[in-house]
Amino acid sequence: MNVVSKEERLEIEELLPWHATGTLSRRDAERVSQALAGDSELARSYELVREELAETIHLNETLGAPSARVMEKLFAAIDAEEARAPRRRHALDLTRRISDFLSQFTPRTLAWSAAVGAFAILAQAAIIAGVMLREDGSPAGPKLANATSHGSFAVVRFVPQATADEITKFLGAYKATLVEGPLKSSAGLYRLRLAESQLPPTEADRIIRQMQEKESRIVGFIAPASE
Amino acid sequence: MQSTSDEVLIGRIANGDRLAMQVLYARHHVRVFRFVVRLVRDESTAEDLISEVFLEVWRQAGRFEGRSAVSTWMLAIARFKALSALRRRPDEEFNDESAAAVEDDADDPETALEKKDKSTLIRECLAGLSAQHREIVDLVYYHDKSVEEVAAIVGIPESTVKTRMFYARKRLAELLKAAGIERGWP
Repeated sequence: MNVVSKEERLEIEELLPWHATGTLSRRDAERVSQALAGDSELARSYELVREELAETIHLNETLGAPSARVMEKLFAAIDAEEARAPRRRHALDLTRRISDFLSQFTPRTLAWSAAVGAFAILAQAAIIAGVMLREDGSPAGPKLANATSHGSFAVVRFVPQATADEITKFLGAYKATLVEGPLKSSAGLYRLRLAESQLPPTEADRIIRQMQEKESRIVGFIAPASE
Repeated sequence: MQSTSDEVLIGRIANGDRLAMQVLYARHHVRVFRFVVRLVRDESTAEDLISEVFLEVWRQAGRFEGRSAVSTWMLAIARFKALSALRRRPDEEFNDESAAAVEDDADDPETALEKKDKSTLIRECLAGLSAQHREIVDLVYYHDKSVEEVAAIVGIPESTVKTRMFYARKRLAELLKAAGIERGWP
């Protein structure tokens, strides 16, 4: 029984390879399934697709793998690059950390588009925190510790639904900066600088409480942290 | 235990994490190698190229935007490297089919069919497709890439992906017919 029109059959026919590998959208997959159920000619064609699929996999699986020489060559090239330009990597390290941080809070596509806008603000925070390279070009590790050792701090975990934009606005509203994270001791926790000067404990507690109560849409957890 | 995602590995690689690079390499090098070797038809060249592909991944990890899967991004890099290598070879054209599609030059299709089983002949004909057709067949059937992902790797519209795959299959049917296998399609 063939109930599919000629035009539709051609359209479905083109989708059969992806139907066989399960990479169609749900809507298209359902459409193809319905057409296959009602059209014996298409069903026969689908069997040929499955045959091609099996043989293509078989063919590729017999191609073997590259020798160990490739990996040796690759890492020798990486070593050579690192020896030539270590500074670039450290600079990249900072931007990557910020991007990684941002991408945790939103669906991937939203995170990456939002990251572009938020990057400038967070990069500024990073500069304030003093994590950029020293003028002499040496790595910034010690300077990071110095830069983050003064002020009042908290540890914070943002809710997974918070977008990069919301977090950026939140940081701006409280004039707070992210100085470290995610912390090794606990996934998802970040070190937040509330103020560059040492606040009285009651004032720091007030700000933290305010963040917890008024920003619950963004802040999942927050607690005071020592210097 | 959930394994670390490719996206997380790329983030670490951008940080200069060599261990993450090793994990990513271990995870993908065989498939990338097979994709390249199918295009350039030379294992030694393919080995050189995948070393270049992963070096490019190391260099560009900080610029990876996450618009596509990491494997899709790597296959796009691999394709670019493979096509560049093919362009340096005057005797190899991207659209040319292999003369060795069905290797028994002396045998007529019937004799060839008797000598080899159907599966072997299908694989020989798959190998005999042009590089352009080989790559799309491999991306869809072996690398499980969706229409959108193939479009991103090859750099063509999605509608062209569908028609190119259709014509690759049609060409395969013609090669099979010449080898003595009449599939009744298209």
